[in-house]
Amino acid sequence: MPDKRAKHKSKYTLDRGMPGAFEGETITRRRFMTGGANVAGAVAVGAFTLPALGFAIGPVFKSTPHHWETAGKVDDFPDNNYIPVVITLTPGIGEAGKSTVYVRKRNPAIDTDPYDRDTQYIAISSRCAHIGCPVRWVDAAERFICPCHGGVYDLLGRRVGGPPVRPLDRFYTRVLRRQVQIGSRFSVNSELRRVSPRDPGEPLDGIGQYLYPSRPTAQK
Amino acid sequence: MPRLPRLPAPPLPPPLQEPPPRPGEGDGRVAAPGPAAEAGISVVDWVDERTSLSGAARWIMFRKVPKGTNWFYTLGSATLFAFLSQAVTGVFLAMYYRPDAAGGAYESIRYVTNDVFLGQFVRGMHKWGSSVMVVLVFLHMGRTFLWGAYKYPRELNWVIGVVLLILTLIMGFTGYLLPFDQRAYWATIVGVNINGTGPLLGPYLSDFLRGGGEFGATTLSRFYAIHMLIVPGLIAALILAHLYLVTKLGTTAPPWSKVERRPELNEAEV
Repeated sequence: MPDKRAKHKSKYTLDRGMPGAFEGETITRRRFMTGGANVAGAVAVGAFTLPALGFAIGPVFKSTPHHWETAGKVDDFPDNNYIPVVITLTPGIGEAGKSTVYVRKRNPAIDTDPYDRDTQYIAISSRCAHIGCPVRWVDAAERFICPCHGGVYDLLGRRVGGPPVRPLDRFYTRVLRRQVQIGSRFSVNSELRRVSPRDPGEPLDGIGQYLYPSRPTAQK
Repeated sequence: MPRLPRLPAPPLPPPLQEPPPRPGEGDGRVAAPGPAAEAGISVVDWVDERTSLSGAARWIMFRKVPKGTNWFYTLGSATLFAFLSQAVTGVFLAMYYRPDAAGGAYESIRYVTNDVFLGQFVRGMHKWGSSVMVVLVFLHMGRTFLWGAYKYPRELNWVIGVVLLILTLIMGFTGYLLPFDQRAYWATIVGVNINGTGPLLGPYLSDFLRGGGEFGATTLSRFYAIHMLIVPGLIAALILAHLYLVTKLGTTAPPWSKVERRPELNEAEV
């Protein structure tokens, strides 16, 4: 009788004296069946879990089409004060998809930042850069003021007080047939330099721009 | 089949209690059960013979509890009943609710509150019950913490409890949007943006919650699905695990209860 230990050491089932073993077979059939059943189960579960998961996180990777919305005639907007315009950010859901945008003509005496010199109209989002409450333009104070936590911004949308971490977002503008049109949102850092749109509460200066990456589908 | 332990009589008020037989009355034998009781017994026997559920029922119900068990030990059950109340009222509210961001959601809630028979009551139970449940969860957690009931061997139950706490708060957050009035809308905007301030993953998390970069057409239905399908299922499953561990490990004695000294045991040790 061969040594029991030696029998277990061999990787060939034939050497281990298994009935019906094939020449060169290294894995027992019981092990093979167990593994096969496990793999089949994993494939079956994955077949419905993975599509469902992708279905749920799909919108994160969906790029929204660029659309332009007319805000008014070119003469409607002064260059030293804002006119509120309601635009539709998300069509089809009524009031919940609308937002107020503050529009004025670009004034080289006020808009001294070196960026976006070719734009003719400034459209500032009313979404507070703290956590997204709606700011309003207070004419007498020449400030944007947020009702939630007291964020205050100056005429250019730069933070002058309160908790916001960056200036107010802006929208692209263009003039078409003497109509001012408003396009997609973009964010600006504290120097008013344009970056892809970010959510409120995400600083864009220093390390902030790396801690809060832009959307995978963002169009600059 | 082993003999079942005798249950104590239910605590009826004295006028309703049967007077015990006086000495000399009756012939000392137990009366045979009536036909209704007979039928009940045979149904229970039929089920038990095929499932052996009576063993599980005995295992769950006839447990030893430590001396000094008091009203603080009911906070877990209270939380469980708060959850059951939320589940039942929520299921029935879903019969009327429409997750339609174009105004249908608000209109359906208005209809439930103003027009449906008992609608305001059931909706009120769900709305106020949510706060009750959060308060009870925290009281239950405080009891567990102060009693030291999270210690070995009950650490895993503490961990499950923490997950249940987080899921309860997720229920509160997602349920807040559903009335779809101004308060719900802006609170959700703010809440999602707070999620977004988490570094690195935050922006993706807020996009996932909204279903896109802006509050969109599917945000409400997304919150509705999380609120009534995903999280309640997880909570129910984890509550079962939580209760299994409570039954398996038993409850902790209150911290002030003294270990009973039994001299005969001390002698036996020697």
